[in-house]
Amino acid sequence: MAAPCVFWGAAVSYRLFLGGRVSLALRQGVWKAAAAELQILRLRHTTGVTAKKNVAALRRETYTVDFIKKQIEEFNIGKRHLANMMGEDPETFTQEDIDRAIAYLFPSGLFEKQARPIMKHPEQIFPKQRAIQWGEDGRPFHFLFYTGKQSYYSLMHEAYGKLLDVEKRQNQLQAKGLFSEKTKTKDLIGSRWLIKEELEEMLVEKLSDQDYAQFIRLLERLLTVECSAEEEEFVQRFRRSVTVQSRKQLIEPLQYDGQGMAFSTSEGKRKSAKAEAIVYEHGSGRIKVNGIDYLLYFPVTQDREQLMFPFHFLDRLGKHDVTCTVSGGGRSSQAGAIRLAMAKALCSFVTEEEVEWMRQAGLLTADPRVRERKKPGQEGARRKFTWKKR
Amino acid sequence: MLTEWQLSVLVLLYISPICNEDENLSVAAAMLTRTSRLVPGARRLDPGRLLHTGSQAPQSLAAHLDNPAPDDSPRAVSRTSEKDPARHGEQHEGLHYNIPLQDMRTLFPHSLPPRFSMQVKTFSEACLMVRKPALELLHYLKNTNFAHPAVRYVLYGEKGTGKTLSLCHVIHFCAKQDWLILHVPDAHLWVKSCRGLLPSTYNKQRLDQPAEASIWLKNFKTTNERFLSQIKVQEKYVWNKRESTEKGSPLGEVVEQGITRVKNATDAVGVVLRELKGQSSLGGFRLLVAVDGVNALWGKTTLKREDKSLVAPEELALVHNLRKMVKNDWHGGTIVLTLSQTGSLFKPRKAYLPQELLGKEGFDALDPFIPILVSNYSPKEFESCIQYYLENSWLQHEKAHTEEGKKELLFLSNANPGQLERLCAHL
Repeated sequence: MAAPCVFWGAAVSYRLFLGGRVSLALRQGVWKAAAAELQILRLRHTTGVTAKKNVAALRRETYTVDFIKKQIEEFNIGKRHLANMMGEDPETFTQEDIDRAIAYLFPSGLFEKQARPIMKHPEQIFPKQRAIQWGEDGRPFHFLFYTGKQSYYSLMHEAYGKLLDVEKRQNQLQAKGLFSEKTKTKDLIGSRWLIKEELEEMLVEKLSDQDYAQFIRLLERLLTVECSAEEEEFVQRFRRSVTVQSRKQLIEPLQYDGQGMAFSTSEGKRKSAKAEAIVYEHGSGRIKVNGIDYLLYFPVTQDREQLMFPFHFLDRLGKHDVTCTVSGGGRSSQAGAIRLAMAKALCSFVTEEEVEWMRQAGLLTADPRVRERKKPGQEGARRKFTWKKR
Repeated sequence: MLTEWQLSVLVLLYISPICNEDENLSVAAAMLTRTSRLVPGARRLDPGRLLHTGSQAPQSLAAHLDNPAPDDSPRAVSRTSEKDPARHGEQHEGLHYNIPLQDMRTLFPHSLPPRFSMQVKTFSEACLMVRKPALELLHYLKNTNFAHPAVRYVLYGEKGTGKTLSLCHVIHFCAKQDWLILHVPDAHLWVKSCRGLLPSTYNKQRLDQPAEASIWLKNFKTTNERFLSQIKVQEKYVWNKRESTEKGSPLGEVVEQGITRVKNATDAVGVVLRELKGQSSLGGFRLLVAVDGVNALWGKTTLKREDKSLVAPEELALVHNLRKMVKNDWHGGTIVLTLSQTGSLFKPRKAYLPQELLGKEGFDALDPFIPILVSNYSPKEFESCIQYYLENSWLQHEKAHTEEGKKELLFLSNANPGQLERLCAHL
């Protein structure tokens, strides 16, 4: 679904590609990768410059090498023009700058991130394709062509060759008596093996699960024995790093009021209630909401329990005074908003470890649940009209 | 470090507080009991920590039975053996004293707040806490000069802070001192949801409430048995063609008349009030007028006549007579009043000041008076209350007697006696 758009001048044309629906196998791969770690994979783009119906869309259109080269040229030119448009230096215009510029020029309110306009290098958009594998005489280039999975087997061959080299070296060292044990566990933390889909994508060829398992086993065996730098580098090509889970929580700075008492302010939201809380460092556990004592403002015990949660979690029940203002929402969402605001404000008085604990307990996360919209043809968001048989 | 599923359970219990279903919590509690103690210094996460979740945890009862003795440190005393309110002083502040059940039946037939009477029934003893407002009031009462017009004291405060029970304390004191007690347990009952409204036999513009009047007369009789034969009426009262009360006959007859002839009950009440007012000045006895929810007398009513027109409070004979009673144009006694938002009509929930609850009319009528603020528990009183509940084995949760549990209760109830009582009822 490419939509060629022509800008400012007939001589130059840019292509702006909408990240469309991915093909089925790769879509599953995308979700699996997202389950394994938080990186977002590159977007895929399926066919067709033509306006014909995509009935036989499963068979991927082949792009010629010239076509890809032309696309790359056009992309680079487009990048320079975009840089000029934004008033930046074309030489140092990176992909992030491009993304920002496109988001600015084409603001999209679509929820699906993959449906928004993107402008990326054609290599990321067009799927990797295999060039013709044989020459004019019909003779294949690669010696393993007739195995059917030439890249996979060549990779296995290479890896096994390296393993044999390493073992030979080790035997030599052992013969000389200079053998030494070395354990390598530091690589494994913070990184993971490539998943099958990623490997398929790298080799541009289909693999079976057993093939993949075999390959990973071989690599792990390579890791167990001591190997030199180039072998390390070879193995690292097949590992991806896993980002650390905990995000850094913004900690509010402390402020000091007239009497020298430290206090900290922060805001919280829940559904449509907004709250702002000021937590004083020393106090006796009094809480005032909109100038009213919290016992009177929240006559329901459940709301007061919600207010109690941050202090109770940190064991600071009677130690802080709080003044808060809240507006909007209902009784329960106001309580939730105040709770979030208080927890964020308490971060400033508390150690990093306890902030991490609070984050894991869910005290510092804004509750994303909002009221679901009512759909036409249904009575409510989920409730359907009464079903009448006739 | 906490394991994720422990945290998820804790989060589940906090973030979805609405689902208080038993199986949900018991499953979660069971999951938590099976966890081992965490590394010291990390968050302590055991089921008892969740003190405030509402449902009864069955394991806690077993735990309580295993350790029967609560910590009896010398400062954790909550009772005093001083039975006479007259001798209650500063040193008894915060301690509970016992009222014998016999006295309870005489003094407060049907006039206790319902939750307190349930508590009395459960513990099979009636214990009131001695608190500062009550002590102050007792001090004033002890030093009243009965030659001066009756002083009015108004107990006011937030909802659930203990105004009615302070009033009961004062009544007990006066009863012990042999005063005549005129106790209206809740004036709001007289201005809402009455069934039988009759036009008054005495005054055509006013309305009678036979049911309420007869109930009150019965209670009055129970409370002040011995005075009824002593006091003699000053005038002759004709009830109807056949019945009348002669001058000089005991007041008991008037009361009997009111109880038996329900139609004349309201007038009987009016007569009683008038007599008592007149005769207390003579000094034969001391009169205590105790009215709970006095803001009902000057507010609006929800009663309607047959033609659906609203009734103003002054058109009710009972209210009219009572208003005359709380006017301070007599001497020989005191008037102790309590404001109450709980039963009041058309008043915002957060209103507790006399100005707000009485309205301009009531405020002017009651002016001048001595306001006494009844506030939430002080820390010492809070401790004492918790100790009292523990002694009566009312708090079954195993965390209830620990410091953290007390802190949680303190936070949740904000030291409000009513809230604390409701919270502890769940534990």
